[in-house]
Amino acid sequence: MSDTATAPRQPTVPTWKQAAAMSRDKGVYLALILLVGYNLLFTSNWATVGNLKLQLVIVAPIVIVALGMALAIGTGGIDLSVGAVMAISAALAGSFLNAGVPAVPAVLLVLACGALVGALNGGLVAVVNVQPIVATLAVLVGGRGLAQLIATDQSLSVDDAIFLRLGSASLLGVRMPIYAGVVPALLVTFIVLRTTFGRRVVAVGDNPIASYLSGLPVRRTLITVYIVSAVLASWAGLVVTAYTTSSDPRTNGLLYELYAITAVVVGGTPLQGGRVRILGTIAGALVMQTIVSTLNFHNIPDSVSRMVTAAIIVVAVYVQRPRAGS
Amino acid sequence: MTTTGPTGQVGTAAVLDDRRPATATERIGQLLRKDGVGALVVLTVISIFAVITVPGFGTTGNVQNTLLSASFPAMIAVGMTFVIISGGIDLSVGSVFALGSVLSTYAVSHGRGFLPALALTVLVCTVIGLVQGTLIARSGLPPFIMTLAGLLGVRGLVLSITDEGQKVYVAGPGSGFVKLGTGSLLQVGYPVWIAVLLFVIGYVVLERTGLGLSVFAIGGSEDAALLMGLKVRRVKIRLYVLSALCAGAAGLLQAAYSQSGIPTGGDGYELQAIAAVVIGGTLLTGGSGSLIGTGCGVLLLAVVQNVINLGAFGHIDSSAQGVVTGLFLVVVVALQRYVNRTHRR
Repeated sequence: MSDTATAPRQPTVPTWKQAAAMSRDKGVYLALILLVGYNLLFTSNWATVGNLKLQLVIVAPIVIVALGMALAIGTGGIDLSVGAVMAISAALAGSFLNAGVPAVPAVLLVLACGALVGALNGGLVAVVNVQPIVATLAVLVGGRGLAQLIATDQSLSVDDAIFLRLGSASLLGVRMPIYAGVVPALLVTFIVLRTTFGRRVVAVGDNPIASYLSGLPVRRTLITVYIVSAVLASWAGLVVTAYTTSSDPRTNGLLYELYAITAVVVGGTPLQGGRVRILGTIAGALVMQTIVSTLNFHNIPDSVSRMVTAAIIVVAVYVQRPRAGS
Repeated sequence: MTTTGPTGQVGTAAVLDDRRPATATERIGQLLRKDGVGALVVLTVISIFAVITVPGFGTTGNVQNTLLSASFPAMIAVGMTFVIISGGIDLSVGSVFALGSVLSTYAVSHGRGFLPALALTVLVCTVIGLVQGTLIARSGLPPFIMTLAGLLGVRGLVLSITDEGQKVYVAGPGSGFVKLGTGSLLQVGYPVWIAVLLFVIGYVVLERTGLGLSVFAIGGSEDAALLMGLKVRRVKIRLYVLSALCAGAAGLLQAAYSQSGIPTGGDGYELQAIAAVVIGGTLLTGGSGSLIGTGCGVLLLAVVQNVINLGAFGHIDSSAQGVVTGLFLVVVVALQRYVNRTHRR
């Protein structure tokens, strides 16, 4: 992306104006505002500080996973392995902490193992040229079983005081899991909007062959994206482990790949790649969680809530269908 | 599998000079590259290995049970193969499977016979396939997202029929419905025969009819298929109906076999079916694949599970099954890439 001086000045790094243009399709934000407005007016006990905090704590790991998913989808790929990576991370965290490893090295070790899984995914995608959906399907199928083997098929309770702070401590009245989601969200937003790597992700997703021909390190970009996605998923697994105070490889991260994909797609990132909308993704996760909580508060049975969720996904994708010329 | 290294190189030479008669190694290489033959070879090797080393694997009872438990995912995999060859994917099959088993037992437990149960299942599954297929083919929704919504929504439907999953409809023993699931012909259960029949019909349709050719054409290049004047949309809608019908039929037979419709049944079956299809050599990019490969993929997964269940690796718990399946996927897919690459250059 080195600019020569001759060409008319073209901003190679997006300005904040372009960032605003990125969020031009405001459907998902509108939906969020409408949902929150509805709940403020018509749902009793919804707009309490306690409930709002709880909703944010629940949505935090989904947001964390969805950030990595947005990058993977931005490159035209997908990462189905995130739920399984969360399970592996939970199993490893439980094993390390119960073996007496201090909290900080344990967390770093778990994240490093997550990076390894990501490297496997990325290697399959970028070097062996396996389709992303198949490469990460293998980890989805195998990962949770591996996690159960690591944890010898038990749910280990975690009692390391320092580690548990990640789930229960508060800072300025906000619980830690929320920070654990906000910090990576800011980081990834910055990466997408302001760094060369962010531009490469979009370029590779838009047209991998053109990117390769114009000298972009396509392979390295892809591998990095899958590593980032897996590390974020590991982090989400740790957050869930910390606030449930147990590492349960059976349930940790179950179906999170679907939640994350839903958040990304509802947030307006097209599955074909070439575009990443981080703010939209976060709003997408919030919208889906708000819908679930709204239905819960109105005592709508689980069966109906699932059908409504399905309908909303279809409508959201239908509305945001790629139009000619866009 | 072991011969891919040398044959890859010989294959390259063969492309350079087509007139030279093929040598024996080349012939083996070409054969292995044929869709599904690789999976067949692995299946044969592993089965022989298991018969020799794993006590209890080769007994008639074990073979019967393995075939029977493989027959339900096999039926799902037939529809999935069609969808994947056309370049799509169907994630909703696990939920549709549960719907098939719950709906049919619902009808039977309310005093209806087998035919009304079948009609109800076929009708509802057709509608689900039509809705998904139409939204995919006419509105251009990505199949992945559409059928993901199907996975969620149809499971919701199943839960709403079964009183939030608390009610399990039971089909009384002795009815024609239950006989269909539990009866056997030549010592092999009816579900196995039905699965085999589905494979044969599917094979004929895919390899010998215009519809089958259109499926390959659409998967190869949808634009080209459109330009050739194929009714792309209509074919795609039919494929999603076919897939829903296969999944629903599998659910119905499973319910007839277990005499009950379990609302949580079929969870994760979409992954099993996709894994079997991919292991069988069908490319997820579409345009290439075979039902023979899919059949081998289903059997391969069933044999691996059976070998683990029989305690061949000591007391590994059932979670190891997923790990083995995942490893299989990686190895098979990587090999496919390797073979295809040497083939094309």
